[in-house]
Amino acid sequence: METTATSHHAPPQGFLRKYVFSLDHKVIGKQYLDLALVAVVIGMVLSWLMRFHLGFPTTAVPGLGKLAPTAAAGGVITPELYLALMTMHGTIMVFFVLTTAPFAGFGNFVLPIQVGAEDMAFPRFNMMSFWVTFVAFLVLVAAFFVPEGPPISGWTAYAPLSAIGKDAGPGLGTGQTLWAVSIALFCVGQLLGALNFIATTLDLRTKGMTLMRMPLSTWAWFITSVIGLIAFSVLLPACILLILDRVAGTSFFIPGGLVVSDRLQPHSGGSPLLWQHLFWFFGHPEVYIAILPGFGIVSHILPVFARKPLLGPKVVLICLIAIAFLSYTVWGHHMFLSGMNPLSATLFSVPTLVITIPATIVVLLWIGTVYGARMRFTTPALFCLGFISVFVSGGISGFFLAQPSIDTYLHGTYFVVGHFHFVMGVAAMFGIFAGVYFWFPKMYGRMMNDKLGKLHFTLTLIGVYCVFMPMHYLGLAGNVRRYSTFTDDYMKGSLPLHRFITIAALFTGAVQLIFFYNLIHSRLRGAKAPDNPWQATSLEWSTSSPPPFDNFGGHHPVVTHGPNEYGVKGPTGDYIMQASSDQPVTS
Amino acid sequence: MGRLFAVVLAVITIVSAAIFIARIWWLPPDISVLGVGIDHQMTETMIASGVLFVVCQLVLAMFVWQYGDAGDARPIKTFPGGATPMVVIATILVSAEILVLTLVGTKVWGGIFLSPPDPSALHIDVQAEQFAYYFRYPGPDGKFGAIHPELIDDGNGNFFGLDPANDTAARDDIVSASLVIPVNKPILLTLHSKDVGHAFYVPELRIQQDFVPGLVIPLHFTATRLAKEEIVCTQLCGLGHYNMRAYLEVESLGQFQQWLKDHAP
Repeated sequence: METTATSHHAPPQGFLRKYVFSLDHKVIGKQYLDLALVAVVIGMVLSWLMRFHLGFPTTAVPGLGKLAPTAAAGGVITPELYLALMTMHGTIMVFFVLTTAPFAGFGNFVLPIQVGAEDMAFPRFNMMSFWVTFVAFLVLVAAFFVPEGPPISGWTAYAPLSAIGKDAGPGLGTGQTLWAVSIALFCVGQLLGALNFIATTLDLRTKGMTLMRMPLSTWAWFITSVIGLIAFSVLLPACILLILDRVAGTSFFIPGGLVVSDRLQPHSGGSPLLWQHLFWFFGHPEVYIAILPGFGIVSHILPVFARKPLLGPKVVLICLIAIAFLSYTVWGHHMFLSGMNPLSATLFSVPTLVITIPATIVVLLWIGTVYGARMRFTTPALFCLGFISVFVSGGISGFFLAQPSIDTYLHGTYFVVGHFHFVMGVAAMFGIFAGVYFWFPKMYGRMMNDKLGKLHFTLTLIGVYCVFMPMHYLGLAGNVRRYSTFTDDYMKGSLPLHRFITIAALFTGAVQLIFFYNLIHSRLRGAKAPDNPWQATSLEWSTSSPPPFDNFGGHHPVVTHGPNEYGVKGPTGDYIMQASSDQPVTS
Repeated sequence: MGRLFAVVLAVITIVSAAIFIARIWWLPPDISVLGVGIDHQMTETMIASGVLFVVCQLVLAMFVWQYGDAGDARPIKTFPGGATPMVVIATILVSAEILVLTLVGTKVWGGIFLSPPDPSALHIDVQAEQFAYYFRYPGPDGKFGAIHPELIDDGNGNFFGLDPANDTAARDDIVSASLVIPVNKPILLTLHSKDVGHAFYVPELRIQQDFVPGLVIPLHFTATRLAKEEIVCTQLCGLGHYNMRAYLEVESLGQFQQWLKDHAP
């Protein structure tokens, strides 16, 4: 590896600077991932409670009666507690897991190293980004402990239910205000992060790291940052307006003449649809904020374990950019039945369907990469293959929902729940798992247990299909979502299937204990990791595991190759490192 | 391990598809004129998507089965023709599918939401509130009384805030907690909300529409069979959301006219 220039980056001193208020992108990346880990445990426990209630609506949850004596008297979940669990599950998962882990977590740790930088462009903003996000999380969790309980208006917080205040019902008082404050803070944190990612990618690339030599993972984080910069800068003012409606008596989202809890509301002139437009203008790109890093991770990792170049890397890049662009033209498909002009439904439907073209192409290129490969079925490789499968399953159900004429039947049913859990929940989680198993050796200098990883993967794959595929069947049968019980005439036939899903969800959740054990055990006692355990090409594998505080030990690597040099004769095997000065040998 | 994954994936794919094909869980019988078009569109999409789903998953499983690293230094192979033919074929096929689905689907959607209601349609005013629906028929004068939000009082049954003392049009309005309609008669609903967002969903009619506070949203349909089905709210509206139901009762014209007489104020 050729190196030039010396580092100007001083090593951090003291515990607080090293591990708490660190400016080091690697520590901040790990902090984001640890935050996501805490959030995902809370989000998953909430979903278990919901699923338990849906499957066994009259059975008490052991211990819950003591934890929530009013909302779950005797341990049986009440309808308002169910809605609170649902709202908090959705909010925690979408914002604090699916955004923080794949984007802020891995992006922070890996992106600067992959472009050959010492750190992010603005380390102080970076630290601020994490701590503002952390405070946002605390504010959200605080909603569990306010007297009226957590909010019950769903993660989309549709106005005027979310805007009116406590007249609209329990949980819509202080809990809902905390929700809006939390999300506003979260937006600030992510805007700081997005700015940093963009500046770092554009300005801090090392010598020889041209844009076309950047790994697709870095490209994906860069594109996601651009999406995030626009999306969060719309959600932030929307949340501020919502807070003003709630506490300052404004009427941005509340029209006149509403009578709630027998009280004529003192508002006039607002538009509930304005909230929906602002929310979904953020909300749909948010789907891509969650999933595009997964696209990048799979495009980056798959060739490592296929031991051959990714098929059509430039096409993949063009598709990622096309998806990012189109993601801003489709938000209205969440609102086909919202009462907006029905003509616009047709206009929003077309780009929604068109976005499947680049997504399909990327999937086919991944599958084409597996053709003729010498696949090494390590745990990260398996999670990449699983990602492809679940993304296909979730993406295809999008074909139905993108059409207004079918959405008029399926909207508001479990079909939608199955769709988005596959496409942005499970697929993004598989991307996260692939990333964890892949970069763990670089992060902690230790290997994760591959056998436990494979067991975790296989059981999780079976589990998620048992949970989310049946939701499509429920949706076809007209089973509506956001209901806490299905015990009366109309939907009681769905109870056996709900029970099956519940058992599968509890099983899949229990399987994650294997992952947590592997994660903690490997962090403490895993086998020592070599610098490049996977024989990969990108720059993070050119430095030690874990990397020094300035990433490359006082030097800047010089990049001479693209990231896709697999299946060639290199100096140490069938690959050539990006920072290698060796030329490929032609046979 | 690769082969285990390939087998698991193939089994998942086949079982998932078989349950769709066997229609173990499927749409309830259609009872509306426009439902036929929606069901047709659903079936077309199911076939196109189903083929794509099964082919993608099984090809992935097949490649994974075949191209594991056996440690035999077998040379890698590039996908036949490289990326270009695959990209071109995929673009053409998916575009064609999108074009067909859009052209046919727009016609179906337009039939429900873009075409005007039949001029002879029976107009029923619908108000949604936490956590009930109220349906209002105009009475013999064919006119609805004006709504006065300040007069709304669920306690004395004035759900719509009518002022019969001063408003002659309001005096004969019939208010019901069930939506009773005659069979084969075009129906026009005007949907409005008293408080927060709600929705009107009858799976058997194949239609769904949100109530948005501040807006009056028209919705029209024709029921083709005598039936009693549930109307459910699909827009989260508060703690009693799960309990927000009403009945749609499709009756013969004679029964309907008798019902109107019985419920006249």
